[in-house]
Amino acid sequence: MLKIKNLHASIEGKEILKGINLEVKAGEIHAIMGPNGSGKSTLASILAGRELFNVTEGEVEYHGKDLLKMAPEERAREGIFLGFQYPIEIPGVSMMNFLKTAVNEQRKHKGLEAMKSSDFLKMVREKKEIVEIDSNLTNRSVNQGFSGGEKKRNEIFQMAMLNPELSILDETDSGLDIDALRIVANGVNKLKSDDNATIVITHYQRLLNYIVPDHVHVLYDGQIAKSGDKNLAVELEEKGYDWLKKEAEI
Amino acid sequence: MSTETKSPDIKEQFIDLFHNNIATLNDGLPDFINEHREKALETFKELGIPDKKNERYKYTDLTSVFNKEYRHYLQPKTINFDLDNIFKCDVPELDTQVILLLNGWYSGSNKPLYELPGGAIVGSIREAASKYPELVQKHYNKYTKSEEDSFTALNTAFAQDGVFFYVPKNVTLEVPVQIINLLMDEEDGMAQHRNLFIMEENSEARMVICDHTLSQKNFLTNSVTEVFVDKSARFDIARIQNEHNGSTQLSHLYVQQEKDSNVTTNTLSLHGGLIRNDYNVLLNGEGCNNDTVGLYLTDRGQHIDSYVYMDHAKPNCRSNQLFKGVLDDFATGAFNGRILVRQDAQKTEAYQSNNNILLTDDATMNTKPQLEIYADDVKCSHGATVGQLDEDGLFYLRSRGIHFKEARLLLMYAFAHEVIEKIKVKPLQDRIHELVDKRLRGELSRCNYCEMHCG
Repeated sequence: MLKIKNLHASIEGKEILKGINLEVKAGEIHAIMGPNGSGKSTLASILAGRELFNVTEGEVEYHGKDLLKMAPEERAREGIFLGFQYPIEIPGVSMMNFLKTAVNEQRKHKGLEAMKSSDFLKMVREKKEIVEIDSNLTNRSVNQGFSGGEKKRNEIFQMAMLNPELSILDETDSGLDIDALRIVANGVNKLKSDDNATIVITHYQRLLNYIVPDHVHVLYDGQIAKSGDKNLAVELEEKGYDWLKKEAEI
Repeated sequence: MSTETKSPDIKEQFIDLFHNNIATLNDGLPDFINEHREKALETFKELGIPDKKNERYKYTDLTSVFNKEYRHYLQPKTINFDLDNIFKCDVPELDTQVILLLNGWYSGSNKPLYELPGGAIVGSIREAASKYPELVQKHYNKYTKSEEDSFTALNTAFAQDGVFFYVPKNVTLEVPVQIINLLMDEEDGMAQHRNLFIMEENSEARMVICDHTLSQKNFLTNSVTEVFVDKSARFDIARIQNEHNGSTQLSHLYVQQEKDSNVTTNTLSLHGGLIRNDYNVLLNGEGCNNDTVGLYLTDRGQHIDSYVYMDHAKPNCRSNQLFKGVLDDFATGAFNGRILVRQDAQKTEAYQSNNNILLTDDATMNTKPQLEIYADDVKCSHGATVGQLDEDGLFYLRSRGIHFKEARLLLMYAFAHEVIEKIKVKPLQDRIHELVDKRLRGELSRCNYCEMHCG
């Protein structure tokens, strides 16, 4: 589904990613871990199409297409979803209008007609349950005045509404208490299928108690320093990142 | 008889115009209106047309506007067809009492004054001055600052007609009154109407004002509106400015509020060549509430200048100024908002904010908030922002599959929303949501929503 080859990227002349290689197949869950500043969020942003970063080398293939040439909205319509680390508040744009526009843009892309209001509302009701989101939240402006936990749940709710093929969840666990974490993780697990894939970016291992990854990668200084199965995450939790840093420096 | 002013010496031209036509100006109007003319002309003589050295007009250059030749409408112009047929204001479900002004003169109906439920009156101020002299005399030219503002003085010297609106004590008007200002001629023209709105104690009314140009000539409007809102009265004015790029609006609003009264003015500037809106509000009794809000959407070479003077003269009043604008292409704008809290005006709450989005590097906005506070127990705030659309918000929307253009529109629309939602006439609010949406999409070409499509 996704093939990242030797990806280099920089911001304002500073190189952040220094040759990332990663392949994600349908049905898989990948976890990307790593200390602060290792380039995890940069990778997520580049995959979603944020223009802040310059890709200086390498390529990203998504379903055989050159992902880096696509505008952010095209990527989204092709099935890529980014769960933001810091979801953006957009005062004045109602959640419902936002969701409806997003869902219908996607449908248009697939050659489907715009959804009828009644069907759309039904879908909203169903998907809300997945993340146990408060009914009132959908009556408000996008993320405005939402608590940290509500914002993260809202990301997963949007993911449920858009039903992406490749979800990239950027530190979705940060700032969540244990109950919220469980709800968010449950949401992700419920949405998992053999046809879609998930990249979970996280600093801590605790999320991976709930979302069990098939592959774990450790990002350090812009490169994947180590890959393994779910046990790598446990090992990291025990030994910390210093162990890896030493290994990388040798 | 219509007359023209010619450059270069504009001031002299107006003075000559005045002296040559004083009999015409006075004709049919009572002394209590005419007696103000000479003095106002003297003020105008003294102050002249303000240039950019004048602090209040620093960002608005009127030279080129006044350097054009205009026909002056010292008598109503007769139009050989039925205005009602060519102009329909397309606000569906908006049930209003409609009053038309053509080139500053009351028009479009044989009936110069309407009696509304409860004894309210609306119609020509000219007619009202002869039919209800005491009422007009009591309020005419009482709330302006003719001696400080040369355009107000010019209007006072030349005013002959305009709208008179009166709501008696304890009367609530259910149906909004709608004033439509039309400009139409085969020559360039200048209109100077004068409105007077009186809201007696505990009365309530809503008003919609629409400004339109119906022919492609250059128009200059220099209007003055005086509003007196007595104790506990409630008055809402929503104004839609939608004129073509060859038009100039100099619009002066003077509001005096008495104890516990509540006034909202909402000005939506969709189109216009040069617009200068002056708002002067005097909170003259305790417990007043005033919302003065505006939204301007400008592009190409359009210019908009909003000037607000909020005078808190008495304690326990609240005022809120909110002006928002989106400037595209090489449009320019200015905001100058002044809050004065006098020594007696303890427990004042006065807020002001001006937020602007510049869509291009060539668009310019100058904003200047001013606070002058002489009381010590007050809550005041002011703030101004000039910026671009929020990049993070834009990316967020796009990352959900929303096209760049649509995402941009959603953000602009969201920005405008805060002002629109303050409009209290619901069908109008809905209609304005639609108009703003169209305007932002570039689908509203000037007078698009009138049937003339005069472009």
